Amino acid sequence: MSLTRRHLLKLAAAGALGVTVVGPRRATAAMTLPAATAVLVDVARCIGCRQCEGACKAYHGFPPGLSTDLAPNAFTYVQVRRLRKPLPHLTLGEGSADRRSYKVQCWNCAEPACASACPVAALRKTPEGPVTYDPYRCIGCRYCQLACPFHIPRFEWHRALPVITKCNMCAERLAKGLEPVCVSVCPAHALQFGPRRQILAEAASRIADHPDRYVPAIYGVEEVGGTSWLYVSDVPFEDLGFPVVVRQALPNYTWRVMGKIPGAVVAIGATLTAVETVIRRRMEMQRQGERERR
Amino acid sequence: MITLRRLGRGRVLLWLLVAAGALTAGARFIWGLGAVTNLSDHFPWGVWIGFDVMVGVALAAGAFTLNGTVHILHLDRYHPLLRPAVLTGFLGYLMVVIALFVDLGRPWNIWHPVVMWNPHSVMFEVAWCVMLYSAILALEFGQSVLERLRLWRLLDIAQRSITPLVVAAVILSTLHQSSLGSLFLIAPGRLHPLWYTPLLPVLFFVSAVAVGLAMATIEGAVAARIFKHRFDLPLFVGLSRVTLVILSIYLGLKVIDLTVRGAWSLLLAPGVERAMFAAEVGIGVVLPLLLLSVNHYSRSAAGITMSSVLVVLGVVLNRLNVAVTGMLRGSGTMYIPAWTEILITLAIIAAGILVYLWAMEHLPIVPRQAPAGAARAE
Repeated sequence: MSLTRRHLLKLAAAGALGVTVVGPRRATAAMTLPAATAVLVDVARCIGCRQCEGACKAYHGFPPGLSTDLAPNAFTYVQVRRLRKPLPHLTLGEGSADRRSYKVQCWNCAEPACASACPVAALRKTPEGPVTYDPYRCIGCRYCQLACPFHIPRFEWHRALPVITKCNMCAERLAKGLEPVCVSVCPAHALQFGPRRQILAEAASRIADHPDRYVPAIYGVEEVGGTSWLYVSDVPFEDLGFPVVVRQALPNYTWRVMGKIPGAVVAIGATLTAVETVIRRRMEMQRQGERERR
Repeated sequence: MITLRRLGRGRVLLWLLVAAGALTAGARFIWGLGAVTNLSDHFPWGVWIGFDVMVGVALAAGAFTLNGTVHILHLDRYHPLLRPAVLTGFLGYLMVVIALFVDLGRPWNIWHPVVMWNPHSVMFEVAWCVMLYSAILALEFGQSVLERLRLWRLLDIAQRSITPLVVAAVILSTLHQSSLGSLFLIAPGRLHPLWYTPLLPVLFFVSAVAVGLAMATIEGAVAARIFKHRFDLPLFVGLSRVTLVILSIYLGLKVIDLTVRGAWSLLLAPGVERAMFAAEVGIGVVLPLLLLSVNHYSRSAAGITMSSVLVVLGVVLNRLNVAVTGMLRGSGTMYIPAWTEILITLAIIAAGILVYLWAMEHLPIVPRQAPAGAARAE
């Protein structure tokens, strides 16, 4: 979240030029793909009407009503946060100075920890951006829940035949050239869908155009290696309760070990075989020597 | 065969536990995991993973350490300890698989890793290793059955093919014992920094070797007490010397790890983490190291058994700390296992003990009167 101004300008310039913007480390595969899409959430613009939540529930056939947390029948909800330091709301003004609202859902990470953790590839990253879930593969181990840095996947704890649930960015709508259903209903233009490069450029230019309004940070650019949902805000993300996460993609943490396994198998196997052979030969020779002495 | 009237009443209790556990498991399959566990979306793994799986796999490590000792290093004098270790190893993995059937949300898909691959997933690797290793243990345990059924030809084939099997067994064990630690590497934001370290796989492996030897010792002591077998002290003195070395390596790794990561200051912060970390290292590493360093204890059956019990306790605490205690703060929620979770855990242990007792009585697990040299004579 400590995006410097210089960094930001670089970002805006890069975005304008259509160059892929990456963190200081390396380009993540999903981000460099031209097909990668993203959604920008503008916390400053969100009026907390919760139409995104309603549209999501209607689209998925979930019972209507307001949720206060993610659930198997709530892939998204609108979080309302009291502010310690009040700041007049962009459109609602003084009346809403003491709080902000923002949409919460799966971040559909560029390099998702859940997809890396899943032993049967039930969770997958698609080139278009969404992280999808296939219940027919799932074994219900819940390692995805443990791996997710944002505590997003939900499990049906009270079902005999449970599945994992989470927002998949309306992958099936994206495939038809549509935008996620929540984006399509937002009356405040707080949600914007598009190619990730374009969305990054848009986020950067909003901050550059109104440096007095926005905090100079885009949440999701570098967080856990980048996410498909990007947030800009007029109050610090810490105050909104956004988690402080590592900058590196989480699959790297386990791949560092997993990548060594083929070599380890060969090395251990060869060592054991060699040791066994040498010791056995020696014992055979010793026995032979004893026999000869007799 | 040895009759065990003394254990009669104990067995009734064990059977009652198994029955109660089976009923609870039934409830879990009808009403879902939420009905019998205190698990939640923020705390998806509890004692079933922490104890039944992680501790279970660690305590079953005696099979691969003794296999390596006898069949790779050819230290034939340890041969009498091998079959009991293979038996408990095999039973241990069976218990782990039973626990997984209860814990997995969709257990009918448990075979999916065979055909649906994700080589990036630590869980995928663990699944494959446990699967293959259980098969090897079954083959090795099968030798006792073949001997009991007097199928000498088959037994001969089985014994001739043992070396490649043992090489595979040691490779697979090295991989998945360490990988149970690697599982948590993907959650740097959740696991408390007292335990979260890139060395997790190494620490898990080293402690598994130590606890494998400790379990072999305890099994020897138990067999001596219940089945009136001879407790071959020199053998166990030999094992405990190795344990001493491995525990020293483990402690050294822990000290280096905490120093390099600058994590010593975490021990200044009061809390359940600090207490549990201290308990784990104090009881499971420092105390047995001290015991085994004193001549008087390191040469007595009581001293060696005691230090082995401490090592086992330490590994139990360590695995539970990594899977449960260390995950509490980062998950932002509370988790205390439900009594039904503990009941199922106890039921699985009870079932394991019952099968162990049955096998000890009905299968040629411990060579009767046969000295170690007899196996060597050709």
